[in-house]
Amino acid sequence: MGLKTALYDTHVLLGAKIVDFGGWEMPLHYGSQIEEHHAVRRDAGMFDVSHMGVVDLRGDRVREFLRNLLANDVGRLKIPGKALYSCMLLPNGGVIDDLIVYFMSETWFRVVVNAGSRDKDLAWIRRHAAAFTVSVTERHDLAMMAVQGPNAREKTLPLLAPAQRTAARDLAPFCGAALDPWFIARTGYTGEDGFEIVLPAHDAAKTWNALRAQGIAPAGLGARDTLRLEAGMNLYGNDMDEDHHPLESGLAWTVAFEPGNRDFLGRQDLENLQRGVGHELVGLLLEERGVLRSHQKVLMSDTAANADDSTALLSGEVTSGTFSPTLNRSIALARVPRTTVSKVQVEIRGKLHTASIVKPPFVRYGKILIPV
Amino acid sequence: MSNIPSDLRYTKSHEWVRQAHGEAPDGAVEVGISEHAQSALGDLVFVEVPQAGRSLSAGEACAVVESVKAASDVYSPVSGKVVAGNAALATQPELVNQDPYGAGWLFKVQTNVSIDGAALMSAADYAIYLADEAK
Repeated sequence: MGLKTALYDTHVLLGAKIVDFGGWEMPLHYGSQIEEHHAVRRDAGMFDVSHMGVVDLRGDRVREFLRNLLANDVGRLKIPGKALYSCMLLPNGGVIDDLIVYFMSETWFRVVVNAGSRDKDLAWIRRHAAAFTVSVTERHDLAMMAVQGPNAREKTLPLLAPAQRTAARDLAPFCGAALDPWFIARTGYTGEDGFEIVLPAHDAAKTWNALRAQGIAPAGLGARDTLRLEAGMNLYGNDMDEDHHPLESGLAWTVAFEPGNRDFLGRQDLENLQRGVGHELVGLLLEERGVLRSHQKVLMSDTAANADDSTALLSGEVTSGTFSPTLNRSIALARVPRTTVSKVQVEIRGKLHTASIVKPPFVRYGKILIPV
Repeated sequence: MSNIPSDLRYTKSHEWVRQAHGEAPDGAVEVGISEHAQSALGDLVFVEVPQAGRSLSAGEACAVVESVKAASDVYSPVSGKVVAGNAALATQPELVNQDPYGAGWLFKVQTNVSIDGAALMSAADYAIYLADEAK
């Protein structure tokens, strides 16, 4: 049996189809994955994300520690509650995990890591924290839910006491606030506005049901995946991993090379790689019927036509692919050789299909952002 | 409990077979996937059915049903020649979810084989098969 979140029984009562995800028994959907997707794009939906790891880092030197540990620079976090997205890198630049770090106070930062990589993350963080006398505490006592969609914030606010409600309403994007007993942040993984709420695990079911009573639709990991892919957001293990560095994973924007004197793990190798990055992560839109899936082979259209010795060099791979419910077409992220071509061929079950290269995100805030 | 109409025959790979009526030529059978199969797949977003005229052997992969999450082959339960594919599924793959035994049929095959043959399960046997599979 896999691990269960505090909301497991609630999901089962709601008729969820439960699947294993990173060792956790999680809801895939509650009936229709596509309807859940549309609920988030058009109104409000909520996800149990308690399988993710909430880790508190405390100590006088915690900021200094994180400026060394993370590729993005927590020196940019000036206001308590402000969040930052970052990769944690191996010395060779491979991505150990991606995470969100919250600046709680000068002696307390909170990081949220992926479920599937939490054990190796914790080991890595602990190994490097010792030198900075930073304490590392995994918060198994907390649950986490993401309430997402154009109406998500409005529908969530009535659950808060009046004073807290004002504070939550006034949160700027990518900022959070400790509103006892919740920690609430205006963050998410769907390309829509909304909140992520960290709360005591024993309050999770009660809060979930109260949010449902507000008209927020339960949504499973299936919809979470189609939403994040439409939003052009990477999934760890698919679009980034230890074998690829951020610059070939669409994550150059998360690596802070400035200030130049900040030494972070992976910096040296990334600086060398920066001069000759051979691959890039691009968005694909399938022009024909069918569904793009991870690991499908991508061929550059001009080389597919005149196969020669260079063909092997000019192929890439779909890293995440799905059917986009908003576009009613198939979309993907793919790692391909740096290119100027606008069309590629993707091999789907032995046949080549044409896809165009587009710049993610595909969809944000309910709007289609690519030409279709 | 899954809906398993008693007038159909079933395969271990969750296709159903019906003796077609009405406009279908004599000896044609209708094929689709079971309620259980569509439920396990989830929302379908793409269905590819065989072209009319194609010859099929029993057990041959001849159609594809794709949900948001995965693609699955559909195998012909009988040998014969395809007389029609369900063209509506090109634009409405969700018909398979909504009405797997009706509007969500996949293709029709003209065959000389009796669908009462031993290789296909009755509704009762399929129910037992599903119960065993769930254990």
